[in-house]
Amino acid sequence: MNRATLDLWVGIFVAIGLGALLFLALKVGNLGATNVGETYLLQAKFDNIGGLKVRAAIKSSGVVVGRVSDIRFDPEAYVAVVAMRVDTRYKFPKDTFATINTSGLLGEQYIGFEVGGETEMLKEADFVKKTQSAVVLEKLISQFMFNKAAEEPGSKKK
Amino acid sequence: MAEMPNNSRLVRLISGLGNRVVNGIWRLGFASRFFLMILVYSGTALRRFHLTIREIYFAGVLSLIIILVSGLFVGMVLGLQGYDTLQRYGSSEALGILVALSLVRELGPVVAALLFASRAGSAITAEIGLMKATEQLSAMEMMAVNPIARVVAPRFWAGVISMPVLAALFSAMGIFGGYLVGVKLIGVDEGSFWSQMQASVDFREDIMNGVIKSFVFGIIISWIAVFEGYDSDPTAEGVSGATTRTVVTSSLAVLAADFILTALMFRGA
Repeated sequence: MNRATLDLWVGIFVAIGLGALLFLALKVGNLGATNVGETYLLQAKFDNIGGLKVRAAIKSSGVVVGRVSDIRFDPEAYVAVVAMRVDTRYKFPKDTFATINTSGLLGEQYIGFEVGGETEMLKEADFVKKTQSAVVLEKLISQFMFNKAAEEPGSKKK
Repeated sequence: MAEMPNNSRLVRLISGLGNRVVNGIWRLGFASRFFLMILVYSGTALRRFHLTIREIYFAGVLSLIIILVSGLFVGMVLGLQGYDTLQRYGSSEALGILVALSLVRELGPVVAALLFASRAGSAITAEIGLMKATEQLSAMEMMAVNPIARVVAPRFWAGVISMPVLAALFSAMGIFGGYLVGVKLIGVDEGSFWSQMQASVDFREDIMNGVIKSFVFGIIISWIAVFEGYDSDPTAEGVSGATTRTVVTSSLAVLAADFILTALMFRGA
């Protein structure tokens, strides 16, 4: 086989290899979807973040508007401080309510923004004031048990 | 004196064991020196790149069929098995994640590397071993041509270049196979198949780590293959033994390296 044919075959080989990598990057991975456009920083304090992770989605009305960029512990206030990168196209009012939700029963956790009525908008590095912690299943069950136990004598009297 | 045969057998056993250990360490040292020699003499392989291109054709292009077909079937099996398990928990939409992550992170690089070791690694060893047995390598040295620069280094670099390409093709083909079975055959929703996959496969964390893995596997396999060929006994049995050792050693080395790389890359996260 002469050199030109070899070059052609190897060229095809490398080209479809790069094509496969491009397919993986764009169709399988989320290279195209993240870091598109400018983002601005918002922060929020949570008593308990549950299983929230860096890169978790931030959703408003179910639409992804940003990602969690950093999670750290505030050693003075003993709360978790979550830094969020939100797309600059989306502005949220000052009284936006940030909650940690779970998608599905056992799914990933994400931050949901429930929009308030104020006209002033959140700016770069602002704190979201109103937050609700993640629901910890064990706490929920123990609360339920305590309530049941407290109800028990009352219901017998009746 | 009646004990003598028994005793000498024990002595032979221990000395044989010691010989094997010392021999193994000696070979490891020689292999490391050989690796450095390849790197030092790889100037020719990169300057006269058509030498490497020729080897990429034999190692990479001719491995395409086996890689593509195996990738397709592995992906299809993943689609069937994954669906069977996931639908018990009512989350068959997560099939895309399962297929993509297992292929991109593990199966793509590892299975492609195992196939590459047995398809191309063995051929490289046999070729170099036979060149040694027929004294072509000595002839080159007599003509003041360095056989490491002329024969070994192009084959080494061809393997290193081909491996990531083959692994990426394997993963892409596998995901296509999973898509065929999951979406077209079983009827998982197409939108959620792709969107859930895209939401949870990260380019840097998952895809690039897979590429790095396959690159490392390419180095390991090519190194073992050229070394076994160069170090083989110049006889028919020597070459066949070296070919077998290439497949066995490089498969084990790939799996061991995969464990180490996985532990380094995906720790917790």
